[in-house]
Amino acid sequence: MTIGLLIAVGALTSVGVFLITARSLSRIILGFALLGHAVVLALVAAGGEAGEPPLANRVSAETIANPVPQALALTAIVISFGLTLFLLALARRQQELTGDDLVEDDLEDLRVAQ
Amino acid sequence: MTGVLIVTVLLGPLAATCAGLTLRSHARLRDVVTLAGLSAAAAASIALLFAIRDEGTYVLRIGDWNPELGIVLVADMFAALVLPVAMVIILIVELFAIGQRRTAWGANPELTGPLLGVLTAGVALSILTGDLFTLFVAFELMLVSSYVLLTHQGGREQIRSGMTYVVMNLFASTLFLFGIAFVYAATGTVNMALLADRLPELDRAVQLGIGAWFLVVFGTKAAIFPLFSWLPDSYPTAPTTITAVFAGLLTKIGMYVLIRFHNLIAADELGPVIVMIAAVTMIVGAFGALAQSDVKRILSFHVISQIGYMLAGLGLFTTAGTTAAILFLVHHMPVKTVLFLVGGLIENEQGTSDLERSGGLMTRSPLLALFFAIPALSLAGLPPFSGFVAKLGVISAAFDADSALIVTVALVGGALTLLSMTKIWSGVFWGSPPDDLDRVPASRSNMRLMRSATGLATGVTIVVSIFAGSIMDMSARAADELQNPASYIEAVLG
Repeated sequence: MTIGLLIAVGALTSVGVFLITARSLSRIILGFALLGHAVVLALVAAGGEAGEPPLANRVSAETIANPVPQALALTAIVISFGLTLFLLALARRQQELTGDDLVEDDLEDLRVAQ
Repeated sequence: MTGVLIVTVLLGPLAATCAGLTLRSHARLRDVVTLAGLSAAAAASIALLFAIRDEGTYVLRIGDWNPELGIVLVADMFAALVLPVAMVIILIVELFAIGQRRTAWGANPELTGPLLGVLTAGVALSILTGDLFTLFVAFELMLVSSYVLLTHQGGREQIRSGMTYVVMNLFASTLFLFGIAFVYAATGTVNMALLADRLPELDRAVQLGIGAWFLVVFGTKAAIFPLFSWLPDSYPTAPTTITAVFAGLLTKIGMYVLIRFHNLIAADELGPVIVMIAAVTMIVGAFGALAQSDVKRILSFHVISQIGYMLAGLGLFTTAGTTAAILFLVHHMPVKTVLFLVGGLIENEQGTSDLERSGGLMTRSPLLALFFAIPALSLAGLPPFSGFVAKLGVISAAFDADSALIVTVALVGGALTLLSMTKIWSGVFWGSPPDDLDRVPASRSNMRLMRSATGLATGVTIVVSIFAGSIMDMSARAADELQNPASYIEAVLG
């Protein structure tokens, strides 16, 4: 089970990193979405073995899954959701201004290159 | 009582934000409320400094949960020393922003005040937090408001540079979360005190791997070499007030966390690597600044160069080195903020901060020249200013640790800093004013508000210089606590 999770983390991370090196902002956003999933899976995998759902007074303490990483993962999901929306808004604004959603050149890099 | 102070520092700015957002149409009332919230936080943080100095580390367990499960806020000497400087700076910048926002260069007043409140709470939480995950949340609080502050004007330039900034920082945040997952998998906790307690049982390679991983994460936020590329491009495009907060605070919070975390996990073997990175950071920043011809761009590169000095102090992993790094941090935050505020005043006076299109401000505005000269000399490390004490601290700590590299590079970097400050001075203040001066008309009362805010900030740098002795003592105590984390662990878990 944990090996499966780790393979999923690896696959999602590599696709995500590949996508955020792209020039088009829509690909970068998709890349961050995948990286967000990878991180959440990594947090869950860090919690150790799977167990019963951690509900108070329903299951015994010995058989439940570790609830702390799940709480962390939940927070991470909420934050990455908000930031994805913010990136989408940035991309929309960029498209309004320039007609496409390509990331423009860094001025400082251009000056160094000259 | 101390607990109340901590809660005031965190909730004061957030309360101001909520009030500010509901008072959108009442500009004056909104300004007053924002200032009140930030002043409450600043006053509480100063009181906290004295309380911690006299009574030692204070631990606040939120909801009285066991530190293994719940959130703890820890005010030790290091946190208590950095917190008031940060809070006072934000308060002064908000004062400047109120003056500037009615000019063409100002940021949108409806947003800046409330967002600064969120940013302040984020800064305070990242200074006070006792666990890695709350630190992540605090960073996000701080970064999300900084993303909006940077891009809210929506111009092409801001979107372009904002994009680099957002993507870089988001990537670093993702790495941060991965790091938290690694740490949790290895130790079963994210609480820093428990971590310091359990890490020594791990394989040394795993410990250093965690140290190296977080060096990259926090190093990106602190803009160390080679992770600084986002900074000089994004900082100069934002309105001055916002750049002043970013330069004075955000990178410094990255540095603060680096100093705390790497001392806590005792990553001594990483020392030589950190020292090398520090040397390159100093030199690259100083040379980068020399190549620029715009006041704000020169100052942005200096942010990087100065980060190198703090990193050098950390990389020595001695008590003297850490003391110097902390002192440098406290000296650097107000100095950098004043310089950017002066940059904003220069822009207001002559419509541009480009050196080639400016000149003659010495005769038109001698007060501005004074406001620039004091922090500039301090930044270059000349006596009797705080920069001298801080630089001397770094260099003498490097002497004690036999690090010839840092001694040389720190001295050369100081000379280069002086050179580029001279460049600004002769470009902006000497010479004759340009013919095509397109001045932005700022009303007299706005100008007065901005000048007095800059004057206040200059005052803070002078206060830091005068009390350099006792700040040095407190830095030494903080460094000692960081180097020997037993008392920290005892306070949190006990």
